[in-house]
Amino acid sequence: MIRLEEVTKRFPGGQEALSNLSLSIDKGEMVFVTGHSGAGKSTLLRLIALIERPTSGQVIVDGQNTRRVKRRRIPAYRRQIGMVFQDHKLLYDRPVFDNVALPLIIAGMGYRDAGRRVRPALEQVGLLHKEKQNPETLSAGEQQRVGIARAIVTRPKLLIADEPTGNLDPDLSLEVMRIFRRFNEVGVTLLIASHDIGLIDKLGCRHVALEDGRLAPDAIEDDFVEFGIRSDEEPRWQ
Amino acid sequence: MAVTRHSDAVAPVRSSGPVSSWFGRHVRTSIGSMGRLARQPFASLMIILVIAVTLAIPAALNLVIKNARSVSEGWDNALDFSVYLQSAITEDEARGLARLIEQRADVASVELITAAEALEEFKEQSGFGAALDQLQENPLPHTLVVRPSPSNTAQSMTLLQEEVGNLPESDSVQVDTEWVQRFHAILDIVREAIAIGAALLGIAIIVIIGNTIRLDIQNRREEIEVTKLIGASNAFVRRPFLWSGFWYGLFGGLLALALVQYGLYLLQQPVARLAGLYQGGIVVMNLTFNEMLAILGIGVALGLLGSWFAASRHMRRIEPR
Repeated sequence: MIRLEEVTKRFPGGQEALSNLSLSIDKGEMVFVTGHSGAGKSTLLRLIALIERPTSGQVIVDGQNTRRVKRRRIPAYRRQIGMVFQDHKLLYDRPVFDNVALPLIIAGMGYRDAGRRVRPALEQVGLLHKEKQNPETLSAGEQQRVGIARAIVTRPKLLIADEPTGNLDPDLSLEVMRIFRRFNEVGVTLLIASHDIGLIDKLGCRHVALEDGRLAPDAIEDDFVEFGIRSDEEPRWQ
Repeated sequence: MAVTRHSDAVAPVRSSGPVSSWFGRHVRTSIGSMGRLARQPFASLMIILVIAVTLAIPAALNLVIKNARSVSEGWDNALDFSVYLQSAITEDEARGLARLIEQRADVASVELITAAEALEEFKEQSGFGAALDQLQENPLPHTLVVRPSPSNTAQSMTLLQEEVGNLPESDSVQVDTEWVQRFHAILDIVREAIAIGAALLGIAIIVIIGNTIRLDIQNRREEIEVTKLIGASNAFVRRPFLWSGFWYGLFGGLLALALVQYGLYLLQQPVARLAGLYQGGIVVMNLTFNEMLAILGIGVALGLLGSWFAASRHMRRIEPR
């Protein structure tokens, strides 16, 4: 699903966020990217979301080389990927329902049709009863679940999350991870950046440790536990 | 999952046909934009008022010119002129000539003032009666007063005067239309000046709306970033701002029409009084339906143009970080 080939990302200042990184994530995997802040986790996700482009190397997502995605095609490319952010990135001038419906509206769906997708998505994160509320009135954990509902409402095959539990206490974090795991069980590929090693160990997923923009030497590919169903099937969304 | 175009990007989406969903999207966005204006009623009203005044000034001045021209057009084409005949012409010959000229299509009537009548009148009015009695013969010629038909244009008037002046019997033609022509020339200059001013005001409207939209974009920067992050195209993000510009222009145009109508209403009384003095015949012309449509159209076009400039310029710079 995701393949990085000798990817280097150098910023204008000269510092390298990623150095010659190669990485492969299969369809249906749930993978954590760990490392200290500045290790390159966010940059990796940003390359996949095409917020940044690599200085050199290839980033291939679901068979598409991101290098060949032209600027004006970026919106369409992003619509195939579900994204969850540490700070939720919700819009506080509209209710929960509209926030979750936004990706569908952007994709050109009518408002009523969108409703048929929004409610199941909210149900999966347990927030159906709050669809009319403003996100501001929700707790941090609930806001993050709204963010997740928005990410999955288009039924993407790939979901990337940048520190989704960064602002949450352990109980809420576990709750969010359980939701992610349920998606993984229906075939969604997940790539989650996190520094919460304890939580990741509890889940027993593969994890990729980054250090200074490279794979951490002691963690290379022997530190993970296979998890979830690996299949080339399409996600089986309910 | 290859990148597909637009709405196909979410494959299992069942939409109700591309046209109706496109239409529905625009209706929703336009209503949303109007709602946004309504949430800041004072600020929106100020901008609309500025646009309205800016549109109403040239429209009203144009209307004044139009009315002035229509009134003076009447004078121009119905102005009498005098033809002084050669002194050798007898009264009978003069009468015949008058009948001849009267038959022309561009002449309404011809009146003959004989030399004797003219002298009589002159004696009465000048007060030189006794002195004039000393004259052995009448020094005045016969005169024809020609009243052109009202259907004449300025050009056919000139032609008529020339032709009558060129008759062998006529000595000279005295026309007093020059001031009307001068007046029209001035009106033309004023009209040009208004057009130039209107163009400048149009640019001002574009700048005003562009600046308003620019501030709006800055206030909603975060929202734009988030929507772009989850896959919104520039066109999608630009749409509500274009609608804002559209509403500013439309409401500005409507208010401009209302201002002009109010101005006409205020003028009704004084014009009626003036018409009374002149025994009627003065009607103030309103804007025609097409002119009203044009004002609305110009308002909308300027609104769209201003918001499009601002949105295109600033939207590109806002990318997710």
